[in-house]
Amino acid sequence: MAKGLTKAFKKALWVYHCNSGSCNGCDIEIIAALCPRYDVERFGIRLVGSPRHADALLVTGPVTRQMVDKVQRIYEQMPDPKAVICVGNCGNTGDVFYESYNLVGPIDNVLPVDVHVIGCPPRPEAIIFAVAKAWTKLETLEGKK
Amino acid sequence: MKQTATTKTSYHIPVGPIHPALKEPVFFEFEIEGERIVDVDVKLGHVHRGIEWASRKRNPIQILYLAERICGICSFCHPAAFTLAVETAADIQAPERAEYLRVIQGEIERITSHVLWAGVAAHEIGFDTVLFLTWQMREKLMDLTEYLCGNRVTKGIMTIGGIRRDITEDMIPKITDTLNYLKDNFEKLRKIFLDDKTIRMRSQGVGILTKENALKLCAVGPTTRASGVKKDVRVDTSYFAYGDLDIDFITPDVLTNEVNGDVYDRIIQRLLEVKQSIGLIEQCLDTMPSGDIVVEPKIPKLLNQLKKVNGEGVGRHEAPRGEVIHYVKFDGENESPYTWKVRAPTYNNILPWIPMLKGEQIADIPIIAASTDPCMSCTNRVAIADGSKKYEMQKEELHRLSIEKTRRLMK
Repeated sequence: MAKGLTKAFKKALWVYHCNSGSCNGCDIEIIAALCPRYDVERFGIRLVGSPRHADALLVTGPVTRQMVDKVQRIYEQMPDPKAVICVGNCGNTGDVFYESYNLVGPIDNVLPVDVHVIGCPPRPEAIIFAVAKAWTKLETLEGKK
Repeated sequence: MKQTATTKTSYHIPVGPIHPALKEPVFFEFEIEGERIVDVDVKLGHVHRGIEWASRKRNPIQILYLAERICGICSFCHPAAFTLAVETAADIQAPERAEYLRVIQGEIERITSHVLWAGVAAHEIGFDTVLFLTWQMREKLMDLTEYLCGNRVTKGIMTIGGIRRDITEDMIPKITDTLNYLKDNFEKLRKIFLDDKTIRMRSQGVGILTKENALKLCAVGPTTRASGVKKDVRVDTSYFAYGDLDIDFITPDVLTNEVNGDVYDRIIQRLLEVKQSIGLIEQCLDTMPSGDIVVEPKIPKLLNQLKKVNGEGVGRHEAPRGEVIHYVKFDGENESPYTWKVRAPTYNNILPWIPMLKGEQIADIPIIAASTDPCMSCTNRVAIADGSKKYEMQKEELHRLSIEKTRRLMK
Protein backbone atom coordinates (compact mmCIF):
# COMPACT_ATOMS: atom_id res chain seq x y z
CA MET A 1 0.00 0.00 0.00
CA ALA A 2 1.09 3.56 -0.62
CA LYS A 3 3.08 5.67 1.80
CA GLY A 4 1.07 7.93 4.02
CA LEU A 5 -1.89 5.60 4.21
CA THR A 6 -2.93 4.73 7.75
CA LYS A 7 -3.11 1.06 8.71
CA ALA A 8 -6.76 1.30 9.59
CA PHE A 9 -8.73 2.97 6.83
CA LYS A 10 -11.45 5.38 7.77
CA LYS A 11 -13.76 3.97 5.14
CA ALA A 12 -13.82 1.60 2.19
CA LEU A 13 -12.98 3.22 -1.14
CA TRP A 14 -15.62 2.87 -3.82
CA VAL A 15 -14.61 3.38 -7.40
CA TYR A 16 -16.64 4.26 -10.48
CA HIS A 17 -15.30 3.31 -13.89
CA CYS A 18 -16.06 5.47 -16.91
CA ASN A 19 -15.07 4.56 -20.45
CA SER A 20 -14.63 7.69 -22.54
CA GLY A 21 -13.88 5.91 -25.83
CA SER A 22 -11.15 3.49 -24.85
CA CYS A 23 -10.24 0.29 -26.69
CA ASN A 24 -11.28 -2.07 -23.82
CA GLY A 25 -7.67 -2.89 -23.01
CA CYS A 26 -7.53 -0.79 -19.82
CA ASP A 27 -11.08 -1.77 -18.94
CA ILE A 28 -10.34 -5.49 -18.86
CA GLU A 29 -7.25 -4.82 -16.76
CA ILE A 30 -9.41 -2.90 -14.28
CA ILE A 31 -11.76 -5.90 -14.05
CA ALA A 32 -8.74 -8.21 -13.75
CA ALA A 33 -7.66 -6.18 -10.71
CA LEU A 34 -11.01 -7.01 -9.09
CA CYS A 35 -10.81 -10.72 -9.84
CA PRO A 36 -9.26 -13.52 -7.70
CA ARG A 37 -5.57 -13.08 -8.65
CA TYR A 38 -5.37 -9.44 -7.48
CA ASP A 39 -8.62 -9.28 -5.51
CA VAL A 40 -8.76 -5.64 -4.39
CA GLU A 41 -12.10 -6.22 -2.74
CA ARG A 42 -10.22 -7.49 0.32
CA PHE A 43 -9.12 -3.87 0.90
CA GLY A 44 -12.68 -2.64 0.51
CA ILE A 45 -12.09 -1.27 -3.01
CA ARG A 46 -15.16 -1.97 -5.08
CA LEU A 47 -16.57 -0.96 -8.45
CA VAL A 48 -19.95 0.66 -8.00
CA GLY A 49 -22.73 1.18 -10.53
CA SER A 50 -23.43 4.85 -9.90
CA PRO A 51 -21.10 7.86 -9.70
CA ARG A 52 -23.20 9.12 -6.77
CA HIS A 53 -21.83 6.33 -4.60
CA ALA A 54 -18.20 6.70 -5.65
CA ASP A 55 -15.14 8.24 -3.98
CA ALA A 56 -12.79 7.88 -6.93
CA LEU A 57 -13.33 7.98 -10.69
CA LEU A 58 -11.32 5.77 -13.04
CA VAL A 59 -11.36 7.27 -16.53
CA THR A 60 -10.07 5.30 -19.52
CA GLY A 61 -9.85 6.39 -23.13
CA PRO A 62 -8.92 9.57 -24.96
CA VAL A 63 -12.34 11.34 -24.55
CA THR A 64 -14.06 11.46 -27.93
CA ARG A 65 -16.22 14.43 -28.91
CA GLN A 66 -19.46 12.54 -28.22
CA MET A 67 -18.37 11.64 -24.69
CA VAL A 68 -17.17 15.02 -23.34
CA ASP A 69 -20.45 16.15 -21.79
CA LYS A 70 -21.15 12.69 -20.41
CA VAL A 71 -17.76 12.45 -18.71
CA GLN A 72 -18.23 15.93 -17.22
CA ARG A 73 -21.70 15.04 -15.98
CA ILE A 74 -20.38 11.90 -14.29
CA TYR A 75 -17.71 13.98 -12.55
CA GLU A 76 -20.27 16.52 -11.37
CA GLN A 77 -22.53 13.79 -10.00
CA MET A 78 -19.83 12.48 -7.66
CA PRO A 79 -19.95 13.71 -4.05
CA ASP A 80 -17.00 15.61 -2.56
CA PRO A 81 -14.23 14.83 -1.68
CA LYS A 82 -13.39 13.01 -4.89
CA ALA A 83 -10.34 11.85 -6.79
CA VAL A 84 -9.88 11.29 -10.52
CA ILE A 85 -7.53 8.59 -11.81
CA CYS A 86 -6.63 8.57 -15.48
CA VAL A 87 -5.83 5.01 -16.61
CA GLY A 88 -3.85 4.33 -19.77
CA ASN A 89 -1.65 6.21 -22.20
CA CYS A 90 -4.44 7.47 -24.44
CA GLY A 91 -6.11 9.37 -21.59
CA ASN A 92 -2.78 10.86 -20.52
CA THR A 93 -1.31 11.88 -23.86
CA GLY A 94 -3.53 10.64 -26.68
CA ASP A 95 -1.09 7.79 -27.43
CA VAL A 96 -1.47 6.49 -31.01
CA PHE A 97 -4.58 8.62 -31.55
CA TYR A 98 -2.91 11.91 -30.52
CA GLU A 99 -3.56 13.75 -33.80
CA SER A 100 -7.12 12.58 -34.37
CA TYR A 101 -9.83 15.11 -35.26
CA ASN A 102 -12.43 13.53 -33.00
CA LEU A 103 -10.62 13.81 -29.66
CA VAL A 104 -11.04 16.49 -27.02
CA GLY A 105 -8.64 14.75 -24.65
CA PRO A 106 -6.17 14.21 -23.06
CA ILE A 107 -8.43 13.95 -20.02
CA ASP A 108 -6.54 16.89 -18.43
CA ASN A 109 -8.47 19.15 -20.82
CA VAL A 110 -11.80 17.92 -19.46
CA LEU A 111 -11.32 16.94 -15.79
CA PRO A 112 -8.83 17.77 -13.02
CA VAL A 113 -6.80 14.55 -12.82
CA ASP A 114 -5.14 13.55 -9.52
CA VAL A 115 -3.31 10.37 -10.50
CA HIS A 116 -1.94 9.49 -13.94
CA VAL A 117 -1.31 5.83 -14.74
CA ILE A 118 0.76 5.19 -17.83
CA GLY A 119 0.94 2.00 -19.86
CA CYS A 120 -0.94 0.65 -22.83
CA PRO A 121 -2.64 -0.92 -20.97
CA PRO A 122 -1.17 -0.53 -17.47
CA ARG A 123 -0.79 -3.74 -15.46
CA PRO A 124 -3.35 -4.38 -12.72
CA GLU A 125 -0.62 -3.75 -10.12
CA ALA A 126 -0.15 -0.22 -11.49
CA ILE A 127 -3.90 0.43 -11.35
CA ILE A 128 -4.08 -0.79 -7.73
CA PHE A 129 -1.14 1.43 -6.82
CA ALA A 130 -2.88 4.43 -8.40
CA VAL A 131 -6.05 3.75 -6.44
CA ALA A 132 -3.99 3.59 -3.23
CA LYS A 133 -2.43 6.97 -4.14
CA ALA A 134 -5.89 8.47 -4.63
CA TRP A 135 -6.87 6.98 -1.30
CA THR A 136 -3.95 8.76 0.37
CA LYS A 137 -5.17 12.04 -1.11
CA LEU A 138 -8.69 11.52 0.17
CA GLU A 139 -7.49 10.50 3.65
CA THR A 140 -5.23 13.57 3.80
CA LEU A 141 -8.15 15.81 2.85
CA GLU A 142 -10.22 14.13 5.54
CA GLY A 143 -7.43 14.69 8.11
CA LYS A 144 -7.27 18.44 7.37
CA LYS A 145 -10.89 18.99 8.28
CA MET B 1 -69.50 0.77 -11.88
CA LYS B 2 -68.41 2.69 -14.89
CA GLN B 3 -65.52 1.23 -16.75
CA THR B 4 -63.11 3.88 -18.03
CA ALA B 5 -61.54 3.10 -21.32
CA THR B 6 -57.80 2.56 -21.04
CA THR B 7 -55.47 3.20 -23.89
CA LYS B 8 -52.36 1.17 -24.34
CA THR B 9 -49.22 3.25 -24.21
CA SER B 10 -45.67 2.19 -24.68
CA TYR B 11 -42.68 3.56 -22.81
CA HIS B 12 -39.34 4.56 -24.26
CA ILE B 13 -36.27 3.58 -22.26
CA PRO B 14 -32.94 5.08 -23.27
CA VAL B 15 -29.99 2.93 -22.15
CA GLY B 16 -26.48 4.27 -22.29
CA PRO B 17 -24.00 5.45 -23.33
CA ILE B 18 -21.90 5.13 -20.15
CA HIS B 19 -21.56 1.72 -18.59
CA PRO B 20 -20.14 1.28 -15.11
CA ALA B 21 -18.60 -2.12 -15.65
CA LEU B 22 -16.96 -3.64 -18.69
CA LYS B 23 -17.88 -2.41 -22.07
CA GLU B 24 -17.67 0.41 -24.49
CA PRO B 25 -20.17 3.23 -24.83
CA VAL B 26 -23.21 2.54 -27.01
CA PHE B 27 -26.73 3.93 -26.88
CA PHE B 28 -29.97 1.92 -26.98
CA GLU B 29 -33.53 3.06 -27.10
CA PHE B 30 -36.10 0.47 -26.09
CA GLU B 31 -39.81 0.75 -26.69
CA ILE B 32 -41.57 -1.34 -24.08
CA GLU B 33 -45.09 -2.35 -23.17
CA GLY B 34 -45.18 -3.49 -19.57
CA GLU B 35 -42.25 -5.85 -19.25
CA ARG B 36 -42.09 -6.75 -22.96
CA ILE B 37 -39.76 -5.12 -25.43
CA VAL B 38 -41.57 -3.98 -28.58
CA ASP B 39 -38.83 -2.23 -30.49
CA VAL B 40 -35.13 -1.47 -30.19
CA ASP B 41 -32.96 1.23 -31.68
CA VAL B 42 -29.16 1.32 -31.43
CA LYS B 43 -26.96 4.40 -31.81
CA LEU B 44 -23.24 4.03 -32.26
CA GLY B 45 -20.21 6.23 -32.73
CA HIS B 46 -19.18 7.11 -29.20
CA VAL B 47 -15.82 5.42 -29.62
CA HIS B 48 -14.96 6.97 -32.98
CA ARG B 49 -11.28 7.91 -32.76
CA GLY B 50 -10.52 8.54 -36.43
CA ILE B 51 -8.22 5.54 -36.75
CA GLU B 52 -8.65 5.05 -40.49
CA TRP B 53 -7.96 8.74 -41.05
CA ALA B 54 -4.83 8.60 -38.88
CA SER B 55 -3.52 5.74 -41.05
CA ARG B 56 -3.03 8.08 -44.01
CA LYS B 57 -0.11 9.73 -42.23
CA ARG B 58 1.62 6.53 -41.15
CA ASN B 59 3.56 3.74 -42.74
CA PRO B 60 2.33 0.11 -42.75
CA ILE B 61 4.51 -0.91 -39.78
CA GLN B 62 3.18 1.97 -37.68
CA ILE B 63 -0.36 1.05 -38.72
CA LEU B 64 0.12 -2.41 -37.21
CA TYR B 65 0.31 -0.76 -33.78
CA LEU B 66 -2.63 1.47 -34.61
CA ALA B 67 -4.67 -1.58 -35.69
CA GLU B 68 -3.80 -3.29 -32.44
CA ARG B 69 -5.49 -0.49 -30.52
CA ILE B 70 -8.81 -0.73 -32.37
CA CYS B 71 -9.87 -3.16 -29.67
CA GLY B 72 -7.90 -4.31 -26.66
CA ILE B 73 -9.51 -7.75 -26.56
CA CYS B 74 -8.95 -8.41 -30.29
CA SER B 75 -5.37 -7.15 -30.25
CA PHE B 76 -4.17 -9.98 -32.46
CA CYS B 77 -6.92 -10.27 -35.07
CA HIS B 78 -6.90 -6.67 -36.33
CA PRO B 79 -3.15 -6.59 -37.07
CA ALA B 80 -3.54 -10.13 -38.50
CA ALA B 81 -6.22 -9.07 -40.97
CA PHE B 82 -4.25 -5.94 -41.87
CA THR B 83 -1.11 -8.00 -42.46
CA LEU B 84 -3.05 -10.40 -44.68
CA ALA B 85 -4.37 -7.45 -46.71
CA VAL B 86 -0.91 -5.92 -47.13
CA GLU B 87 0.62 -9.29 -47.99
CA THR B 88 -2.01 -9.79 -50.69
CA ALA B 89 -1.39 -6.33 -52.11
CA ALA B 90 2.41 -6.63 -52.05
CA ASP B 91 2.49 -10.34 -52.92
CA ILE B 92 4.55 -11.35 -49.89
CA GLN B 93 4.48 -14.94 -48.68
CA ALA B 94 5.25 -15.45 -44.99
CA PRO B 95 7.50 -18.41 -44.07
CA GLU B 96 5.82 -21.71 -43.23
CA ARG B 97 6.82 -21.60 -39.55
CA ALA B 98 5.41 -18.08 -39.13
CA GLU B 99 2.03 -19.27 -40.43
CA TYR B 100 1.88 -21.92 -37.71
CA LEU B 101 2.97 -19.44 -35.03
CA ARG B 102 0.23 -17.08 -36.19
CA VAL B 103 -2.36 -19.83 -35.76
CA ILE B 104 -1.10 -20.49 -32.20
CA GLN B 105 -1.35 -16.79 -31.29
CA GLY B 106 -4.78 -16.47 -32.88
CA GLU B 107 -6.15 -19.50 -31.05
CA ILE B 108 -4.74 -18.36 -27.68
CA GLU B 109 -6.55 -15.09 -28.24
CA ARG B 110 -9.76 -16.94 -29.08
CA ILE B 111 -9.60 -19.01 -25.88
CA THR B 112 -8.86 -15.90 -23.76
CA SER B 113 -11.75 -14.04 -25.35
CA HIS B 114 -14.26 -16.89 -24.96
CA VAL B 115 -13.28 -17.50 -21.32
CA LEU B 116 -13.65 -13.77 -20.67
CA TRP B 117 -17.06 -13.87 -22.31
CA ALA B 118 -18.19 -16.86 -20.24
CA GLY B 119 -17.46 -14.85 -17.09
CA VAL B 120 -19.31 -11.78 -18.36
CA ALA B 121 -22.33 -13.87 -19.37
CA ALA B 122 -22.46 -15.47 -15.91
CA HIS B 123 -22.19 -12.02 -14.30
CA GLU B 124 -25.12 -10.76 -16.37
CA ILE B 125 -27.47 -13.37 -14.93
CA GLY B 126 -26.22 -12.74 -11.39
CA PHE B 127 -23.88 -15.74 -11.09
CA ASP B 128 -20.76 -13.90 -9.89
CA THR B 129 -19.07 -17.03 -8.55
CA VAL B 130 -18.65 -18.23 -12.12
CA LEU B 131 -17.30 -14.80 -13.16
CA PHE B 132 -14.49 -15.16 -10.61
CA LEU B 133 -13.90 -18.81 -11.52
CA THR B 134 -13.53 -18.09 -15.24
CA TRP B 135 -11.40 -14.99 -14.71
CA GLN B 136 -9.09 -17.03 -12.53
CA MET B 137 -8.68 -19.39 -15.49
CA ARG B 138 -8.14 -16.40 -17.72
CA GLU B 139 -5.21 -15.19 -15.61
CA LYS B 140 -3.36 -18.41 -16.53
CA LEU B 141 -3.89 -17.55 -20.19
CA MET B 142 -2.75 -13.98 -19.59
CA ASP B 143 0.44 -15.39 -18.06
CA LEU B 144 0.95 -17.50 -21.18
CA THR B 145 0.32 -14.49 -23.44
CA GLU B 146 2.84 -12.46 -21.45
CA TYR B 147 5.35 -15.30 -21.67
CA LEU B 148 4.98 -15.61 -25.45
CA CYS B 149 4.50 -11.95 -26.44
CA GLY B 150 5.88 -9.83 -23.61
CA ASN B 151 2.65 -8.09 -22.71
CA ARG B 152 -0.69 -9.06 -21.27
CA VAL B 153 -3.11 -7.27 -23.58
CA THR B 154 -1.50 -5.46 -26.50
CA LYS B 155 0.77 -8.09 -27.95
CA GLY B 156 2.73 -6.42 -30.76
CA ILE B 157 3.46 -9.85 -32.22
CA MET B 158 2.41 -9.47 -35.87
CA THR B 159 4.61 -8.03 -38.54
CA ILE B 160 4.30 -7.89 -42.30
CA GLY B 161 5.83 -11.02 -43.80
CA GLY B 162 6.04 -13.06 -40.61
CA ILE B 163 5.84 -12.87 -36.86
CA ARG B 164 8.09 -11.13 -34.33
CA ARG B 165 8.75 -13.79 -31.74
CA ASP B 166 9.53 -17.46 -32.15
CA ILE B 167 8.38 -20.28 -29.90
CA THR B 168 11.50 -22.23 -28.94
CA GLU B 169 11.71 -25.79 -27.57
CA ASP B 170 12.06 -24.61 -23.97
CA MET B 171 8.83 -22.60 -24.25
CA ILE B 172 6.71 -25.59 -25.17
CA PRO B 173 6.37 -27.10 -21.63
CA LYS B 174 4.78 -23.87 -20.38
CA ILE B 175 2.27 -23.93 -23.25
CA THR B 176 1.35 -27.58 -22.71
CA ASP B 177 1.05 -26.96 -18.95
CA THR B 178 -1.44 -24.16 -19.56
CA LEU B 179 -3.37 -26.25 -22.09
CA ASN B 180 -3.55 -29.15 -19.63
CA TYR B 181 -4.74 -26.80 -16.90
CA LEU B 182 -7.45 -25.58 -19.28
CA LYS B 183 -8.49 -29.11 -20.19
CA ASP B 184 -8.76 -30.04 -16.51
CA ASN B 185 -10.92 -27.02 -15.79
CA PHE B 186 -12.90 -27.30 -19.01
CA GLU B 187 -14.95 -30.16 -17.55
CA LYS B 188 -15.79 -27.97 -14.54
CA LEU B 189 -16.95 -25.13 -16.82
CA ARG B 190 -18.91 -27.49 -19.05
CA LYS B 191 -20.73 -28.84 -16.01
CA ILE B 192 -21.58 -25.37 -14.73
CA PHE B 193 -22.74 -23.98 -18.04
CA LEU B 194 -24.52 -26.96 -19.52
CA ASP B 195 -25.94 -28.86 -16.54
CA ASP B 196 -26.61 -26.10 -14.01
CA LYS B 197 -30.32 -25.47 -13.58
CA THR B 198 -29.92 -21.70 -13.10
CA ILE B 199 -28.13 -21.11 -16.37
CA ARG B 200 -30.47 -23.40 -18.31
CA MET B 201 -33.53 -21.57 -16.99
CA ARG B 202 -32.18 -18.16 -17.90
CA SER B 203 -30.78 -19.03 -21.30
CA GLN B 204 -32.96 -21.68 -22.93
CA GLY B 205 -35.51 -20.21 -25.31
CA VAL B 206 -34.30 -16.65 -24.65
CA GLY B 207 -33.06 -14.26 -27.35
CA ILE B 208 -33.73 -16.54 -30.30
CA LEU B 209 -32.03 -15.75 -33.61
CA THR B 210 -33.44 -17.95 -36.37
CA LYS B 211 -31.30 -19.24 -39.20
CA GLU B 212 -33.18 -17.03 -41.71
CA ASN B 213 -32.56 -13.90 -39.63
CA ALA B 214 -28.92 -14.80 -39.09
CA LEU B 215 -28.46 -15.09 -42.86
CA LYS B 216 -30.55 -12.02 -43.65
CA LEU B 217 -28.78 -9.77 -41.13
CA CYS B 218 -25.31 -11.11 -42.00
CA ALA B 219 -24.42 -12.21 -38.48
CA VAL B 220 -20.89 -13.58 -38.18
CA GLY B 221 -18.84 -15.80 -35.93
CA PRO B 222 -20.20 -17.79 -32.99
CA THR B 223 -23.46 -15.82 -33.11
CA THR B 224 -24.33 -17.12 -36.57
CA ARG B 225 -22.91 -20.61 -36.04
CA ALA B 226 -25.09 -20.98 -32.93
CA SER B 227 -28.06 -20.41 -35.26
CA GLY B 228 -26.93 -23.26 -37.49
CA VAL B 229 -25.23 -21.28 -40.28
CA LYS B 230 -21.99 -22.95 -41.27
CA LYS B 231 -19.75 -19.94 -41.73
CA ASP B 232 -16.15 -19.87 -40.54
CA VAL B 233 -13.32 -18.12 -42.37
CA ARG B 234 -10.82 -20.64 -41.01
CA VAL B 235 -12.56 -23.40 -42.97
CA ASP B 236 -13.91 -21.40 -45.94
CA THR B 237 -10.56 -19.95 -46.97
CA SER B 238 -7.41 -21.65 -45.85
CA TYR B 239 -5.27 -18.72 -44.77
CA PHE B 240 -2.33 -18.99 -42.33
CA ALA B 241 -1.77 -22.68 -41.66
CA TYR B 242 -5.44 -23.58 -41.23
CA GLY B 243 -5.37 -25.48 -44.52
CA ASP B 244 -2.96 -28.05 -43.06
CA LEU B 245 -4.86 -28.51 -39.82
CA ASP B 246 -7.81 -30.72 -39.02
CA ILE B 247 -10.59 -28.18 -38.58
CA ASP B 248 -14.29 -28.30 -39.32
CA PHE B 249 -17.38 -26.15 -38.71
CA ILE B 250 -18.75 -26.33 -35.21
CA THR B 251 -22.45 -25.81 -34.57
CA PRO B 252 -24.29 -26.57 -31.32
CA ASP B 253 -26.01 -29.66 -32.82
CA VAL B 254 -22.68 -31.51 -32.45
CA LEU B 255 -23.56 -31.80 -28.79
CA THR B 256 -27.34 -31.49 -28.56
CA ASN B 257 -28.50 -32.72 -31.99
CA GLU B 258 -30.67 -29.65 -32.47
CA VAL B 259 -30.20 -25.97 -33.21
CA ASN B 260 -32.43 -23.46 -31.45
CA GLY B 261 -30.39 -20.28 -31.89
CA ASP B 262 -31.03 -19.17 -28.30
CA VAL B 263 -28.60 -17.89 -25.68
CA TYR B 264 -28.00 -21.44 -24.45
CA ASP B 265 -26.84 -22.50 -27.91
CA ARG B 266 -24.45 -19.56 -28.02
CA ILE B 267 -22.97 -20.73 -24.69
CA ILE B 268 -22.52 -24.29 -26.04
CA GLN B 269 -21.03 -22.90 -29.24
CA ARG B 270 -18.32 -20.94 -27.43
CA LEU B 271 -17.46 -23.80 -25.08
CA LEU B 272 -17.06 -26.15 -28.05
CA GLU B 273 -14.86 -23.58 -29.77
CA VAL B 274 -12.56 -23.37 -26.73
CA LYS B 275 -12.09 -27.12 -26.98
CA GLN B 276 -11.46 -26.89 -30.73
CA SER B 277 -8.87 -24.14 -30.21
CA ILE B 278 -6.99 -26.21 -27.63
CA GLY B 279 -6.86 -29.04 -30.20
CA LEU B 280 -5.62 -26.66 -32.93
CA ILE B 281 -2.75 -25.35 -30.76
CA GLU B 282 -1.71 -28.91 -29.94
CA GLN B 283 -1.77 -29.83 -33.65
CA CYS B 284 0.38 -26.79 -34.45
CA LEU B 285 2.94 -27.63 -31.77
CA ASP B 286 3.19 -31.19 -33.13
CA THR B 287 3.45 -30.41 -36.83
CA MET B 288 5.22 -27.04 -36.83
CA PRO B 289 8.16 -27.03 -39.31
CA SER B 290 11.45 -25.35 -38.45
CA GLY B 291 12.79 -22.36 -40.35
CA ASP B 292 12.68 -18.59 -40.50
CA ILE B 293 9.90 -16.64 -38.84
CA VAL B 294 10.04 -13.53 -40.98
CA VAL B 295 10.75 -12.92 -44.68
CA GLU B 296 12.48 -9.57 -44.35
CA PRO B 297 13.83 -8.75 -40.87
CA LYS B 298 15.12 -5.33 -41.96
CA ILE B 299 12.19 -2.92 -41.53
CA PRO B 300 13.52 -0.05 -43.72
CA LYS B 301 14.06 -2.49 -46.60
CA LEU B 302 10.53 -3.86 -46.16
CA LEU B 303 9.06 -0.35 -46.08
CA ASN B 304 10.96 0.53 -49.23
CA GLN B 305 9.51 -2.53 -50.92
CA LEU B 306 5.98 -1.62 -49.76
CA LYS B 307 6.41 1.96 -51.00
CA LYS B 308 6.62 0.73 -54.57
CA VAL B 309 3.48 -1.38 -54.33
CA ASN B 310 0.62 -0.21 -56.48
CA GLY B 311 -2.44 -2.29 -55.77
CA GLU B 312 -5.05 -3.36 -53.28
CA GLY B 313 -5.65 -6.27 -50.96
CA VAL B 314 -8.30 -7.75 -48.70
CA GLY B 315 -7.52 -9.60 -45.50
CA ARG B 316 -10.05 -11.84 -43.78
CA HIS B 317 -9.50 -13.43 -40.40
CA GLU B 318 -11.81 -15.32 -38.06
CA ALA B 319 -11.63 -13.25 -34.87
CA PRO B 320 -13.13 -14.58 -31.63
CA ARG B 321 -16.32 -12.65 -32.42
CA GLY B 322 -16.49 -13.45 -36.12
CA GLU B 323 -15.07 -12.45 -39.44
CA VAL B 324 -12.93 -9.31 -39.49
CA ILE B 325 -12.18 -7.76 -42.90
CA HIS B 326 -9.47 -5.24 -43.70
CA TYR B 327 -9.14 -3.57 -47.10
CA VAL B 328 -6.00 -1.71 -48.01
CA LYS B 329 -4.91 0.16 -51.14
CA PHE B 330 -1.48 1.53 -52.04
CA ASP B 331 -0.91 4.10 -54.79
CA GLY B 332 2.76 3.30 -55.42
CA GLU B 333 3.95 6.82 -54.55
CA ASN B 334 3.43 7.33 -50.85
CA GLU B 335 4.66 5.30 -47.94
CA SER B 336 1.28 5.40 -46.22
CA PRO B 337 -1.68 3.55 -47.75
CA TYR B 338 -4.12 5.39 -49.99
CA THR B 339 -7.09 3.82 -48.15
CA TRP B 340 -7.53 1.51 -45.22
CA LYS B 341 -10.96 0.19 -44.32
CA VAL B 342 -11.82 -1.97 -41.32
CA ARG B 343 -14.97 -4.03 -40.88
CA ALA B 344 -15.08 -5.46 -37.37
CA PRO B 345 -17.39 -8.39 -36.49
CA THR B 346 -19.45 -6.42 -33.98
CA TYR B 347 -20.89 -4.26 -36.79
CA ASN B 348 -22.59 -7.35 -38.17
CA ASN B 349 -23.64 -8.67 -34.80
CA ILE B 350 -25.46 -5.49 -33.77
CA LEU B 351 -28.44 -5.81 -36.09
CA PRO B 352 -29.31 -9.35 -34.88
CA TRP B 353 -29.91 -7.77 -31.46
CA ILE B 354 -33.18 -6.37 -32.76
CA PRO B 355 -34.93 -9.73 -33.51
CA MET B 356 -33.31 -11.22 -30.40
CA LEU B 357 -34.57 -8.55 -28.02
CA LYS B 358 -38.07 -8.09 -29.46
CA GLY B 359 -40.69 -9.71 -27.24
CA GLU B 360 -38.29 -10.38 -24.39
CA GLN B 361 -38.38 -8.97 -20.86
CA ILE B 362 -36.36 -6.03 -19.54
CA ALA B 363 -34.54 -8.36 -17.13
CA ASP B 364 -33.25 -10.34 -20.11
CA ILE B 365 -31.57 -7.34 -21.82
CA PRO B 366 -28.16 -7.88 -20.15
CA ILE B 367 -27.78 -11.56 -21.04
CA ILE B 368 -29.14 -11.20 -24.59
CA ALA B 369 -26.94 -8.21 -25.36
CA ALA B 370 -23.94 -10.02 -23.90
CA SER B 371 -24.72 -13.25 -25.76
CA THR B 372 -23.36 -11.92 -29.05
CA ASP B 373 -20.14 -10.98 -27.20
CA PRO B 374 -20.34 -7.36 -28.31
CA CYS B 375 -17.23 -5.26 -28.30
CA MET B 376 -19.58 -2.60 -27.06
CA SER B 377 -22.73 -3.00 -25.13
CA CYS B 378 -24.43 -0.88 -22.62
CA THR B 379 -27.03 -1.60 -20.04
CA ASN B 380 -26.26 0.91 -17.38
CA ARG B 381 -28.08 4.17 -17.08
CA VAL B 382 -31.71 3.82 -17.88
CA ALA B 383 -33.94 6.86 -17.62
CA ILE B 384 -37.62 5.97 -17.65
CA ALA B 385 -39.66 8.89 -18.88
CA ASP B 386 -43.28 8.50 -17.85
CA GLY B 387 -45.04 11.63 -19.10
CA SER B 388 -43.78 14.46 -16.94
CA LYS B 389 -42.28 12.12 -14.30
CA LYS B 390 -38.68 11.19 -14.91
CA TYR B 391 -36.53 8.85 -12.95
CA GLU B 392 -33.40 6.90 -13.59
CA MET B 393 -32.55 3.28 -13.54
CA GLN B 394 -28.96 2.16 -13.19
CA LYS B 395 -27.26 -0.90 -14.54
CA GLU B 396 -27.31 -2.25 -10.99
CA GLU B 397 -31.07 -1.95 -10.96
CA LEU B 398 -31.25 -3.95 -14.19
CA HIS B 399 -28.79 -6.41 -12.73
CA ARG B 400 -30.99 -6.71 -9.62
CA LEU B 401 -34.05 -7.33 -11.81
CA SER B 402 -32.06 -10.01 -13.58
CA ILE B 403 -31.07 -11.70 -10.30
CA GLU B 404 -34.64 -11.50 -9.05
CA LYS B 405 -35.83 -13.29 -12.15
CA THR B 406 -33.34 -16.09 -11.49
CA ARG B 407 -34.59 -16.38 -7.89
CA ARG B 408 -38.21 -16.41 -9.07
CA LEU B 409 -37.52 -19.20 -11.52
CA MET B 410 -35.66 -21.21 -8.88
CA LYS B 411 -38.76 -21.39 -6.68
